[in-house]
Amino acid sequence: MEFGLDKPLVDIQNLTFRRGERVIYDDMSMQFQRGKVTAIMGPSGIGKTTLLRLIGGQLKPDSGKILFEGADIPSLNRQELYQARKKMSMLFQSGALFTEMSVFDNVAFPIREHTRLPEAIIRTMVLMKLEAVGLRGARDLMPAELSGGMARRAALARAIALDPQLIMYDEPFAGQDPISMGVIVRLIRSLNDALGLTSIVVSHDVAEVMSIADYVYVVAERRVIGHGTPEQLRQHESPLVQQFLQGQADGPVPFHFKAADYATELMELSR
Amino acid sequence: MASRKLELFVGFFVALAIAALLLLALKVANTGVAGSDQSYQLLAKFENIGGLKARSPVKVGGVVVGRVASIQLDPESFQPVVTLEINSSYNNFPETSSLAILTSGLLGEQYIGLQPGFVDENVEILKNGDYIEDTKSAIVLEELIGQFLFNRGNQ
Amino acid sequence: MLKQIQQLGANTLGTLQGLGRATLMLFGALWGRPRPLKNWHLYMKQIYVVGVLSLLIILVSGLFIGMVLALQGYTVLAKFGAEQMLGPLVALSLLRELGPVVTALLFAGRAGSALTAEIGLMKATEQLSSMEMMAVDPLRRVIAPRFWAGVISMPLLALIFNAVGILGGHLVGVDWLGVDGGGYWSAMQANVDFQQDVVNGVIKSIVFAFVVTVIALHKGFDAVPTSEGISQATTQTVVTASLAVLGFDFVLTAVMFGG
Repeated sequence: MEFGLDKPLVDIQNLTFRRGERVIYDDMSMQFQRGKVTAIMGPSGIGKTTLLRLIGGQLKPDSGKILFEGADIPSLNRQELYQARKKMSMLFQSGALFTEMSVFDNVAFPIREHTRLPEAIIRTMVLMKLEAVGLRGARDLMPAELSGGMARRAALARAIALDPQLIMYDEPFAGQDPISMGVIVRLIRSLNDALGLTSIVVSHDVAEVMSIADYVYVVAERRVIGHGTPEQLRQHESPLVQQFLQGQADGPVPFHFKAADYATELMELSR
Repeated sequence: MASRKLELFVGFFVALAIAALLLLALKVANTGVAGSDQSYQLLAKFENIGGLKARSPVKVGGVVVGRVASIQLDPESFQPVVTLEINSSYNNFPETSSLAILTSGLLGEQYIGLQPGFVDENVEILKNGDYIEDTKSAIVLEELIGQFLFNRGNQ
Repeated sequence: MLKQIQQLGANTLGTLQGLGRATLMLFGALWGRPRPLKNWHLYMKQIYVVGVLSLLIILVSGLFIGMVLALQGYTVLAKFGAEQMLGPLVALSLLRELGPVVTALLFAGRAGSALTAEIGLMKATEQLSSMEMMAVDPLRRVIAPRFWAGVISMPLLALIFNAVGILGGHLVGVDWLGVDGGGYWSAMQANVDFQQDVVNGVIKSIVFAFVVTVIALHKGFDAVPTSEGISQATTQTVVTASLAVLGFDFVLTAVMFGG
């Protein structure tokens, strides 16, 4: 199925999503172009991970469309959804390696589940993927024996095991030391270019994202507040975008959580 | 391989369970007089069956030859009718045989004792569905005591 | 007063919702043909984890419960001079009640809590989510093998428990207290019925296996994905499963032996 390569791989149109009474997204639209690294940035707690789960079909939006290769994910039936998921993969924040299997078996897991290839070919495929993330030597280790950065790389090898078209990274840089952060930044970029992937990176690490993304969406207050290439964003006129990019403590996003007046509350206490 | 060891353990586990089942089936439980194709039924009326229950044994000289299949009350004579299921390898009891409801030990379960009768040319052999006429009821303790006191009073 | 009634209503609704989610989970896990051949090793592994690893505690408990039954039963029976009824006493207590019930309680504590914690942790570490994103249904891949392993293992464990308990009773009654060995077995045979006692005990055990396994899996699958949530879910599994076993035991006993 060819949909015209100029069309976006993932197209979110007028998405509205509520969790209980709380509105997470209100009438939001985004496009993710093929072969590009698109980043979604925003302050924590605005449901960036939720967006990835919406694209993966684990959550259903209240209204709006999420088109993946032209098919509307929320309206797919179970079987079609599982077919669509075979073309995408997701790197979870924790890595989410299966703790009872070795690194090798973890990477082999999706291949064994979805194909009937002989064990020799699976071995070759797994070693290739592990080589790509630099962990070929660690194939017999258990996930508990890996450092955080290595676990994330092993999970990345597993995510690309079946050569997906789309790969979604959930906070790939969170809690990494500078070296493994650099390794992952390089991996995201090089895998994207070498395998012709489309990447979506969700993160709040401004410097790393600005260095690898082709296009950036800044999300806050239930909607997109600014988008463009990293260059365009730096020139963006919105104070909210600027506050976020430069990491200022106070600004349109207030430092203080909503509270009663400070002075009156202190007076109450002393009474 | 690790999975072979796993299968070995599971196999051992299942074998142990089968052994346990065999022990329970053969040594513990009474698989007893099985299915109706290997047994035949006899009927008997009693005055009083005492504590007799379905599945109580039927014994000849202490040997179990069958079990009580069911107990009903005859709607006309108001007498209990007991259906006995007798193993078909014991199929030559004469119709002069008698039944008695007995108790094993002082407090034990009640069972039916079958006393085979005499045989001559006029006596037929009991067949499926026949009635045994000569029956002795269960001994009811209260009646026994009452009788004893009555006899004492007469003296 | 109104508040208590509201609380009662909320609890009832919560329980019903939980039951509904458990049913959905089970339905999702078992819907469609199970593929034991493709996932042979998964089923093997779970039977090993759930069944074989519970074997030791079952063997030891069965032996001791049989021995205690014989010891206690003997002192009572000896007063009536009915020592020969020791065999039936031990066998019937085990086959009808203690075997299925104690096995289920031990199983809930040993294997049920482990199942809940394992699945809860898989959920908390996003392993279930990531499996879903790999287009592998965690209900079928994770829940179904554990369900079947539980339902298969527990009746087998109960059978082993019964057999070992009766042997334990023999050990104390015959070898120690001097009840006649032939009488021990023959009185047992005269009073234990295969259909009525052994088969009904196995049926009980299958029902308990279903109840305990479903509760354990559901509590894990529904756990709040934090360390506190998982520890709560594990406790709840043991408490709920034990109570459910005792409740079901009463109902089943009334149906099987009550009439």
